[in-house]
This record gives sequence, C-alpha cells and structure tokens, in this order.
Amino acid sequence: MFLKRQKSATLIILLLGFLSYSFFLYMSLPVKSKPLKKEVDAGKMVWQQYNCNACHQVYGLGGYLGPDLTNVYSKRGPAYIGSFLKAGVGAMPLFNLTEAETKSLLTYLKDIDASGTSDPKTFTINYDGTIEQK
Amino acid sequence: MEPSNKNNLSTSKLFILAGLLLLAIGMLFGLTGALQYLAPQFLKQYLSFEKIRPLHVSSVVFWIIFAAMGSVLTYLQQYNGKKIFSPWLLKIQFGIFSITVVAILITYVFGVFGGREYWEFHPLLAMPLITGWILFIINFMASLVSFKNLPVYVWMWLTGLFFFLFTFIESYLWLIPYFRSNVVNDMTVQWKSYGSMVGSWNMLIYGSSIFLMEKISGSKKYSHTPIAFVLYFTGLFNLMFNWGHHIYTLPTYPFVKHISYTVSMTELLILGRIIWLWKSSVDTARRHYHQAAYRFLLAADVWIFLTLLLAIAMSIPAINVYTHGTHITVAHTMGATIGINSFILLAIAFDILKDSCMPFEKSIKWINRGYYTANISLLFFWLSLVMAGILKAKWQMNDASIPFSSMMLQLRPYFIIFFVSGVGLITGFYLVLFPLIKNQFICQYKKLFIKREKNETVFIIDQFQSV
Repeated sequence: MFLKRQKSATLIILLLGFLSYSFFLYMSLPVKSKPLKKEVDAGKMVWQQYNCNACHQVYGLGGYLGPDLTNVYSKRGPAYIGSFLKAGVGAMPLFNLTEAETKSLLTYLKDIDASGTSDPKTFTINYDGTIEQK
Repeated sequence: MEPSNKNNLSTSKLFILAGLLLLAIGMLFGLTGALQYLAPQFLKQYLSFEKIRPLHVSSVVFWIIFAAMGSVLTYLQQYNGKKIFSPWLLKIQFGIFSITVVAILITYVFGVFGGREYWEFHPLLAMPLITGWILFIINFMASLVSFKNLPVYVWMWLTGLFFFLFTFIESYLWLIPYFRSNVVNDMTVQWKSYGSMVGSWNMLIYGSSIFLMEKISGSKKYSHTPIAFVLYFTGLFNLMFNWGHHIYTLPTYPFVKHISYTVSMTELLILGRIIWLWKSSVDTARRHYHQAAYRFLLAADVWIFLTLLLAIAMSIPAINVYTHGTHITVAHTMGATIGINSFILLAIAFDILKDSCMPFEKSIKWINRGYYTANISLLFFWLSLVMAGILKAKWQMNDASIPFSSMMLQLRPYFIIFFVSGVGLITGFYLVLFPLIKNQFICQYKKLFIKREKNETVFIIDQFQSV
C-alpha cells in the first residue's frame, strides 16, 4: 500500500481537485454582481480602515464585543446607526468620522443588509443535519 | 547535524526565541482585551478594543508562524544531517519577518489597519511577508538532500510551505475590485483562504511534532508507514475542502457547504491517533529524559480530544447554526491555538533550546508548576467561553427582544471567569517561558563574556611577546 507512484498519483488528484475547485469559484463567484458601486466600496474601506470587524460581526464572522451588523440597517435604520457613530458608546470609541465617511459606511451597511439575512432563527434544520434558509 | 555549540544561538533557534517573545507580549494584549470586556472604559482613549484585538491576534498568530518556521528549519537540518543551504538567506528571512511584525504592531497602536480578520494590518505589509516566505521555500528546497523516499513529515512541511503561500496570496484577492464587489463573494473567498491557511500552518507544526516524536522514541519507522500517509492525505483533503464550515450561514453556493460537511474535520483526530500510537512505543526512561517536551505533547493530546469534540459538533450544520457567531467558536479557536498548537510548539521549543549552556533541570520545578497552572486555567478559560457561547446561542435563537447589551450583561459572570482564568493562564505560561528565554540570553551573554576574556588574554600575551 502507498508505493511512491500511488503517493504521487493521490497528490496530483487532490491538487487538481483543489485547483479546479478554487478557479471555478474565482471565475463564477456565488453572486453575479453588478459592477462595483463607488459609494459601497468607499464604505467598505471605511469599515476596514477603522477595523470595525474587531468588535462587530457580519454573517456571524468577526468580533464578539458588539452586535452582528448584517441586518442592522433594515432593523434599526440609518438615523439610529448614525447616532452611535456620532456619540460612541460603552467600549466603542468616538471615531470622529467625517460626513462623507459616515454616508459611505451607511451605504455599505445597506448593501450588506440587502445581501441576505444572518438571523439563525431563519434557518430550518433538515433530517440529514443540513440547514436551509426559510 | 545542527552545530552543537552550547553557546551558539543559530538563526533557526532565533525564530523560536522571537516566537516565544511574541507569545509573551501577545498574552498581555489578550488579557487587556479580556479586561475591556469587564471594564469597557479601560485604556479606551489609548488602546481601545479595535486596537487591542489585532495586537493580540497578530502577536499570537506570529508566535505560531515564527515557532513553526524555527521548528521546520531546525529539524530539516537534523533530518538532512547538514547545515541549511544558505545561512544568509535565512538571516534575511528572519530580518524581514522580525521588522515586518514590529512594524505591524506599531501601526496597530497608531490605528492604521487593513481591517481584515486575522490579517488586520495594512495590505502593504503583506508584501515583505510574501517575500520572506518565498525565501523560506527557496532555502528549504535547496537544502533538501534528496526527494526520494521522503518521510511523511517532509511531505507535510512541503505542503505547509506551498499552501501557506497560496492561501496567503488568496486572502488578498479582495484588493481586486472583482472579488470585493459583493459581500457574499468577498466572504466566500476570504474564508476559503483562511480555512486552508490554518490547515497549512498546522501541516508545518504537526510535521515537526512527528519528527520530534520519532526523535524521542528513537524509531524512524512510523514516518514511512502506509498509515502515516493515509492520515496525511486525509489531512490534506480536509485542508483543501473543509473550509466551508466557516460560512454555513452565508448565502453562498449550497455545494460549498455540502462538500465541507461531507469532508469532516478529521485532522485533529489524525494527530491524536499519531500521538497515541507513539506514546505506547516510548519507554519510561526515555520519557523521563525528555520530560518537559513529553509533557507538553501529552497535554496537547488531551486538548486534541476536547477540541475534536467541539470541531466535529461544529462541522454539522444543524449544530453550527446554534454555535456560529457565539463564544463557542472562540472556545474552539482557543483550544486549537493554545491547547494544541502552543503546547506542541512549546514541546518543540524545549527540545530545540535544551542544547544551551544551561540545562533546564534547575528550573524544572517552576516549569512543572507553570505547566499545571496553564492547563488547569485553560480548562476554566475554555469552559467559561463554552458557557458564554451557550447563553448567547440561546439568546440568538429565542430572545431577540432582549437587547444585545442586556444579553452581554447576562454573560458577565462567565467573562469574569474568563478573565481570572486568563490571569492563571498567563501566569502558567510565563513560568514556562521564563527559563526558556532566560537561558538563551544568559548563554549569549556568557558567550560574549568569554569572547571578551579571550581577546583580553590574547592582548596580554601580545604585550608580553612585544616586550
């Protein structure tokens, strides 16, 4: 079992599988999106520049100190988010965002909100252990 | 073989030593972050949480990377029975990584971020890391004496080397607008790269742990057996295809999730089996001789089983939907990075750094105290996160009417245990790290002292001769 040839063949098969899987995903990304919107992209850069991810999550991924913000735009609205950004709260510092930065960030959060729902309650559990969104 | 000059601190050992220093400061940042959960105003003006978290994460991730590089470089020389291809290339690699990591930590303090999970530094700082890693690959490949009949750990090192480079570059695809134009696309590629990247540094660490096990047991049979290769290929299969469990709740392709679910997380089980088999083959006398290294491998063995239970549960989407986004995920990460990676790397550090002018025997009492303190504290640390995660999962699934801040208040008792056990963890680790680091510095100092003494003697002899 596992002669040199078999080892090489297994490795080549796995590598080919991995590369095909990777490049398939790169070439046909899950969401066929329209060209990048400047305002959304600017908001994403604000999100990353201030490292919002350290405390907040999007789709349950990120920090744990603050709430998940995937659907905060539709749940709370831009005015509510804006007041948090202006005042800072608890552990969240006052970032002194410019008007333009705040506007871009809100546009980005609106875009995330439109992409789907992160609430785990919206999933149904199948008998085989998989999950589906309602 | 690696030169056995007891005063000599080779560059590959320097990687381990730098890693230990990063671990020491990384834990301090972690403790500060844990305190900010209890006292949100603590250091808020200077080092608020969005700075402390990356300071902690990057320090400890680079502890793992530095120690993994040091272990591979040292053991490669021991495997080959000759020195590394280019010591200069190695020095340049060390210089690049050290300067870049210091720069990364400084930029965090000043609030300069790239803002991505794990790699929260500015993307420009990724360039020297890629360069340094390529030098690592060149030196490794050029040092390898032969590609014939390679033991499994060399396969694992090669896998780790190339996959880390691939996945690290992949994690920067977001710089191309095409990949970041939609949040779902961006997160799919991001977590694809991260899932495989963790697997790639695990390949480096687990490869070194197999080398260490064989070194301690005195038998080189295991790393050529069919079972070793079956387990290696299973691990590689997981590295390549099981990353989808990070994004079960993301509205991405369903097949990504099904593939991940099917390719279950067996990599930790693999190592558990390896250690278990090895343990039975080591005789008691030899175990005693390598006690510190052996004990840390034994601790990793226990943590593999605990982390494995959690990992298997989290790989099932029906359970993941409850645990995702909760502190149970953090418990899993802490179990894997502290209980498994750090304990294995400490075992390796004891093995590699024991060849110094000062034996560890004098400090063994304190090392043992540190070992038990760290393990007991880690258990409470881990359990507090699991409990906090269960309560958050309950809130996510049922109590959406309760505000986030109120839910966090309910978790406070577990955050207190988390912080207190964190103090215990850092104390235990420091008791272990102190002799490891101190011995190396004393030996270096002695080396300089002896050199100076020699020079002075030569000078005096010269004076006599001239007279």
